[in-house]
Amino acid sequence: MPELLISLAIIVVKIVAFTFLVVLPLVPISVYFERRFSAIIQDRVGPNRVGLPLTLFGAKKDFHLFGLFQPMADGLKLFLKEDFTPDHVNKAFYWLAPALTVVPALITVCVVPFGPDVTLFGHTEKLVIADIDVGPLFIFAISSLTVYGITLAGWSSNSKFPFIGGVRSTAQMISYEICLGLSVIPVILYYGDLNLNNIVQEQATNGWLLLPFWTNNELSLPSLQTTLFLIPAFIAFIIFTVSIFAETNRMPFDLPECETELVGGYHTEYSSMKFAMFFMGEYAAMVIGSALIITLFLGGWSFGFGLDEAIANFSIGDFQIGGFIHVGIFLGKLLTFILFFILVRWTVPRFRYDQLMKLGWVIFFEAALINVFLAALIIAAPELTAVITTVGLILLAVVTAAVIWVAKVSEPPAKILRA
Amino acid sequence: MATIKLTRPKLDAGEKMYFGSLIKGFFLTMTHAVKSLRGKSAGSKGLASSGMGVTMQFPEQRWDEHMPEYYRGAPTLVTDEQGRERCVSCQLCEFICPPKAIKIIPTEIPSDDKWAKVEKRPLEFDIDMIRCIYCGMCEEVCPEQAIYLRKDYLITGTSRGQMVHDKKKLYEIGGVRVGLVNKWNELK
Repeated sequence: MPELLISLAIIVVKIVAFTFLVVLPLVPISVYFERRFSAIIQDRVGPNRVGLPLTLFGAKKDFHLFGLFQPMADGLKLFLKEDFTPDHVNKAFYWLAPALTVVPALITVCVVPFGPDVTLFGHTEKLVIADIDVGPLFIFAISSLTVYGITLAGWSSNSKFPFIGGVRSTAQMISYEICLGLSVIPVILYYGDLNLNNIVQEQATNGWLLLPFWTNNELSLPSLQTTLFLIPAFIAFIIFTVSIFAETNRMPFDLPECETELVGGYHTEYSSMKFAMFFMGEYAAMVIGSALIITLFLGGWSFGFGLDEAIANFSIGDFQIGGFIHVGIFLGKLLTFILFFILVRWTVPRFRYDQLMKLGWVIFFEAALINVFLAALIIAAPELTAVITTVGLILLAVVTAAVIWVAKVSEPPAKILRA
Repeated sequence: MATIKLTRPKLDAGEKMYFGSLIKGFFLTMTHAVKSLRGKSAGSKGLASSGMGVTMQFPEQRWDEHMPEYYRGAPTLVTDEQGRERCVSCQLCEFICPPKAIKIIPTEIPSDDKWAKVEKRPLEFDIDMIRCIYCGMCEEVCPEQAIYLRKDYLITGTSRGQMVHDKKKLYEIGGVRVGLVNKWNELK
């Protein structure tokens, strides 16, 4: 019985620590970074005032802390605002929708590996909430529930702009889920494993998928097969990243929201904390999306260059706490990637709706499919005779050419505009 | 109306790939970011920036010395070098004021006063700074060069009452203005 209680307590501690002390605080931090980074990109300053108001308590000076408390102040404001439910909405779904966007995003945290094993008090524990063997599948399954939240929000608001936003988001997210799932197949083929923790462990020992410059914790040049696999890996990385952008409704693909056309999109009718939940869900999805990209392609918590074993074995006395250093490395990578997300948002102009659909269905879907076969060919090549490999390559080239030709032919001729 | 037929511009392969333009865009935004962090954004010198982008950060930095000559701040009443209040209560400014911010109650100048021939001066002269739109029409219309828009821009208060500038306050901000036409002086 005590063992059961202890393991339950460990699970609860892990859930609270990773979800509420790591991922949720990352949401306001990324909001802060979004505002400051966009400001410096646009030659502005951004929020830099809100800090500790010590003068309220009689101190001589305030600490502005570069405005780090601005998102807290914003959150407090959203808490205190009136939570207005319009008369014309479908109340049950209107209230359900915000929860349906934020909860799936937070549930997916449970399979993200934050670090390797740590040993405390002679007890070894993995730094992942649920070490299940279907990590990426679980994330895809749960995160695709987010679309229900957005669609229900758009539908139940019973007003035209949210409705258009909801419809758009349904189409967009379902289209890009296909690319998301297909693009990750080469990665899974390469590792032969669906357990994210094992995938990261493998990358730590034998080189990241996109940076394979060490094997068995020693720097070395990659083998021919690994080098060749960089091609499908890179294609998969691009498709996966862009699809994550589309899945999280981030800027180049923010059609469900699009301030310029649809007022606020699906959350036009929402106010106060319900709006904040959509906001949080969006940013949490962005955090989880970056975490997934890092885990699959960029080595997760690993520092790389063969130093990971040394870091993981770092211990003080009996406590092997190198894992916590790895959590720090993981968070560092995560923040870098979030900054990349923000940079993309403030650089790339928005796509039109038909361009978005064309990119998803005509380009990425085919590219991801061909990529799967290319990756399979590269992985299987050592066990095949040269003839079969060549035939496979030729077939692949023919299919690629055919796909490109079809895409080109099916493209409507340039329209004549009237001015 | 003539009809002009336009075709969409033909894109070459590089433009269709889109990635080159994306990377160009990243370079552009990152150049801006780095320049703005180093305080070297375009125009930051002329705008007296605080060292971040082109922004001047207000309470610590003031733009007073960068203010143009023609800046229109708070409207005020002035006295001349002879210490005479120049307003003669003609009420033209009250009538021209688009937001009706000015309220004047005229009064006679007593006959034993040195300036008795001017006949009138304001008893009350209130400008409601909540209503004032800083258009400068009062200054333009004044036949006596009595009302001027000064460069004061920090007009604040914690109540509506505080935002109404009465005669005393207006003369206090306006002060003495020299070199005006003194048409009421004795001819020599």
